Amino acid sequence: MIAVIDYGIGNTGSVVNMFKRIGVRAAVEADPRNVSSASGIILPGVGAFDAAMQQLKKTGMDKAVEDAVFGKSIPVLGICLGMQLLGTQSEEGSEQGLGWIPATIERIPEAPGLKIPHMGWNLVDANQESQLGRDLAVDTRYYFVHKFHMVPEDSSAVSMWCNHGIQFAAAVESGNVYGVQFHPEKSHKYGMNLLSKFSELTC
Amino acid sequence: MLRPRVIPALLVQSRSLVKTVQFDKFAYIGDPCNTMRIFNELEVDELMVLDISATTSGTGPDFELLQDIADECFMPLSYGGGVRSVEDAKRILASGFEKIVLNSAAVECEGLIQDLAAHFGSQSVVVSIDVRRNRGDYRCFIRSGTKEIADGPVDLARKLASWGAGEILLTSIDREGTWTGFDFDLVQSVASQVEVPVVAHGGCGVVADLVRVVHESGASAAAVGSMFVYQSKGFGVLVNFPLPEELGDIHVNTTSQ
Repeated sequence: MIAVIDYGIGNTGSVVNMFKRIGVRAAVEADPRNVSSASGIILPGVGAFDAAMQQLKKTGMDKAVEDAVFGKSIPVLGICLGMQLLGTQSEEGSEQGLGWIPATIERIPEAPGLKIPHMGWNLVDANQESQLGRDLAVDTRYYFVHKFHMVPEDSSAVSMWCNHGIQFAAAVESGNVYGVQFHPEKSHKYGMNLLSKFSELTC
Repeated sequence: MLRPRVIPALLVQSRSLVKTVQFDKFAYIGDPCNTMRIFNELEVDELMVLDISATTSGTGPDFELLQDIADECFMPLSYGGGVRSVEDAKRILASGFEKIVLNSAAVECEGLIQDLAAHFGSQSVVVSIDVRRNRGDYRCFIRSGTKEIADGPVDLARKLASWGAGEILLTSIDREGTWTGFDFDLVQSVASQVEVPVVAHGGCGVVADLVRVVHESGASAAAVGSMFVYQSKGFGVLVNFPLPEELGDIHVNTTSQ
């Protein structure tokens, strides 16, 4: 059973819906005590970095997920703001991130004619050696909505690149920690394909 | 290469899908859930559901219907109609919608845009500006086009964006349902004056209109009703959406070298 973490921030319903559609067992989990028995963990998130980190700490989910990911090797996938929380710190706020991927979160630089947030469907360049990036269909596109993006210290952690004025990390992975800046749960069959790949990595 | 979103905009009235012409002449299209399911299979970029009777009838959002829609749709979803509080919005977002569209409440409920933006982020707050042209002058309306307000479209768009709206749905009431093309001047006048994305709505008759409103008027997205629910102008209901290759010309190059 994949646990979709409910810490009061983020749209858990759509993620569970999509897992249901592809025949993978998943449920919303609001109790940190149950996280260690999950086969995989989804960390969703929308809104502001600091508010999300404060909620994660307040609910005890930060420690619960950390124990599951590093103590029990359960894979975790951060989605959108959930990916950014995996970094060490963000230009958007003053809270420390989870720090599971050495990375900072930076604002997408403004440029003439460039609308921010980056909102809409975009293509990605995938690293074929990565777990999430391998064997993507050529027409793969994902739905993005974000103003900030992750800058990993080690660019080999990037499994997919995207471009919106600048090149940025659309997906990262390091060990059993995965993150996607886009919304797979809102990206039709392309999102289903991604969640299905993640479910194959679960315990 | 960012693909500007092409968004079927679907009108709901008392659990039926309807289509209007200039906010009038209601025609029955079909069952909302069945139609949304077809749009999901067509892999549309985004779907907008507008309940055009929720405010004027006072019934508010049909939460059950919205949950049924969200269960069937794996693309971004926005909803407008009768949302007047953070609690309403929370319930709709929890069911799987991403965005709340405000029209009457944007003007009538003081502080609502700010509250929604603070709770859910600006990206979740779309304001809908309904415009009629009156002797060359653009006028804005609320309550399904029945009540005129003081601000013109550019001033209103700027004001609502400064309050926290993350996106503007700009509808030409004159063009809505007419297949005569977007009001390209209107879209250009607003899109050039605000930072947030503008979604052009009202009048799309051919795919070339979509390309033009993005490339010439500066729209970030386009919402379309009639063209995606009718076979062609004056013909019967046929739910449809352009193929990716038909939309090829709409792509915008946002790529750095």
